Amino acid sequence: MPKLNIVSAINLALDREMEKNDRVVIIGEDVGREGGVFRVTDGLQGKYGPERVIDTPLSEGGIAGTALGLAVGGLLPVAEIQFEGFMYLALDQIANQMARYRSRSRGQYPISLVLRLPWGGGIRAPEHHSDSPEAVLVNTPGITVVQPSNPYDAKGLMTAALRYGAPVIYCEPKRIYRAIKSEVPDEDYEVPIGKANVVREGKDLTIVAWGAMMREAMKAAEELSSDGVNAEVIDLRTIAPMDSDTIISSVMKTGRLLVTHEAPRTGGIGAEIAARVYEDAFTSLLAPVERVTGYDAVMPLFKLEDYYLPDAKKIIVGARKLLSY
Amino acid sequence: MLFDRFDPLKGERLEIMDKDGRVNEELRPDLSDERLKWLYVRMSVMRFADKTALNLQREGRMGTYAPVFGQEASQASAAFLEKDDWLVPSYRESGALLMRGVPLSGIYRYWMGDERGLLGIKDLRVLPIEVVVGSQPLHAVGVSWAMKLRGIKSIAAVYFGDGATSEGSFHEAMNFAGVFNTPTVFICQNNQFAISVPRKIQTRSKSIAQKANAYGFKGIQIYGNDIMAVYAAMKEAMDDAREGRGPRLIEMLTYRFGPHTTADDPTKYRDPAELEKNKPFDPLIRLRLYLSERGLWSEEEEYEIMDAARAEVEKAVAEAEFAPPPEASDIFRNTWKREHPYLKRQENEMLALLRETEGGAPHA
Repeated sequence: MPKLNIVSAINLALDREMEKNDRVVIIGEDVGREGGVFRVTDGLQGKYGPERVIDTPLSEGGIAGTALGLAVGGLLPVAEIQFEGFMYLALDQIANQMARYRSRSRGQYPISLVLRLPWGGGIRAPEHHSDSPEAVLVNTPGITVVQPSNPYDAKGLMTAALRYGAPVIYCEPKRIYRAIKSEVPDEDYEVPIGKANVVREGKDLTIVAWGAMMREAMKAAEELSSDGVNAEVIDLRTIAPMDSDTIISSVMKTGRLLVTHEAPRTGGIGAEIAARVYEDAFTSLLAPVERVTGYDAVMPLFKLEDYYLPDAKKIIVGARKLLSY
Repeated sequence: MLFDRFDPLKGERLEIMDKDGRVNEELRPDLSDERLKWLYVRMSVMRFADKTALNLQREGRMGTYAPVFGQEASQASAAFLEKDDWLVPSYRESGALLMRGVPLSGIYRYWMGDERGLLGIKDLRVLPIEVVVGSQPLHAVGVSWAMKLRGIKSIAAVYFGDGATSEGSFHEAMNFAGVFNTPTVFICQNNQFAISVPRKIQTRSKSIAQKANAYGFKGIQIYGNDIMAVYAAMKEAMDDAREGRGPRLIEMLTYRFGPHTTADDPTKYRDPAELEKNKPFDPLIRLRLYLSERGLWSEEEEYEIMDAARAEVEKAVAEAEFAPPPEASDIFRNTWKREHPYLKRQENEMLALLRETEGGAPHA
């Protein structure tokens, strides 16, 4: 089995699906000749031609809005917006249009498409290249949001997203794009949308993470285990609609929950997870839910980036706080 | 070719049938008198249906409604689309939808607060009603681009107003259409107002039509109250788009006789004298004068036309009002592809609450 990084795994998923389904088209800035600024679509224009891998004008709203129209017209667009910070320029098309089209048409126009968005911090980039605005999307009913944390899931989630039959926003953790290599089967498989993954079993506390934060969560869990603390780690994978049942079952077992994300704390996904745990596992809790997150401040430029972003060290501090409550 | 001959940059605009129903024979399009008579009848129905919607709203039987009063000839452009073409409407398109074959009862039902009124639009290749001003031209570009990429000779016609041309998404749509040479016909009904703000505050350009030049394709300004000009411009634009000669922009100069919607009062921002000045340019008057001159219209016949229109509209009102209201649980259908547990739980919560408080859903 070949060992791939996340970039190659997504590329492979797109390649295989384009082979099978001639309705799949890729649109975006620099996705064609350049193969994407992160090379995710590398080689695909050469293989499938400029009518299926299409460089567009520099216009996020234009990319998202025409992707919706292409989907209505019977194609299956995979549209790329180059960085999450530029998502806001397409937000009318995402939140007012894609999210609502199925409902507005009472199911007549379901809008099958994938919007790819490189996500998150830690790559020493300029402003607007390091944010994690998933909470904006999660408060928009009708938008499915996924984020892989490893190459295997990257391929499986992309394949599932392409076959899902609804608008899926596929967030790509750019910090770990090339940081992890693992075995990725060439054959067809899907990682189911709407299902979290218990990556590490444990009994003392539950850590929930996704995307690049999974690597930090796992590092923290390993370090905690040398102190005899056994952490269960859950990779959320689908952020909306969220699989809170898996989290709740885990918390009923461990009694302690730590959620970590790069995005600011207030109104973040951690708050939603905490609320659901309070609803269904309140009596199992041995301590209040701990959130190890970005701060309610603008994501700084990279001189201060490491202070802002959560990491294994901060997670360990949070875990110890939970354990000593 | 009309788009070349009537250059908006030279301030030219197309008119074929003037306000007195006189036709410029050199420009007369291939519209039979029979077809013109049919258009007159349908435009009369459109006007009556529109007026009825306003009355229904005032009686509390309909929600906010955006009338098309005065824009009937422009809206009749939808009748000229081919069966496999796409129609992409804004919220002020009741007339265009009616011409396309969307049942009036369904249009009413939608404005009475039930989206299910528009079930069936997909079979007519009509997209849902767009309420965000200026968002839908991008959808039209996308769907027509898909037709081009799939080798299908269908076009998309998108309807919007003068206000929409100030939105960034209008620029994005025009730009994509130009770059990818999509078979898109942009139909701007310039009715002179975006709610209260006059056309001159939307753009310093002399015309909206000339904006097409900046995107590398052709635009034309026409008198949108002249059904012959509407037909001729539509025909040429659709042929050009279909044959890959590029997208087209038609600016239809018209005048909104009514309010923006039932929620505003135009006497606050519009000089009544201006409205009076525009009344002789009514799209129905000139077509009636033309038909009368040809012996195809009489006062007695007008009574028959209006009686038939009234019967059609009354039937639609009854159908819309007697349609069963949606179940409360319908809220939870169609937002998501798949039901998920947390959504199901919210639905159950709502139903339990309804059982506790009222003994059932309000319409069950």
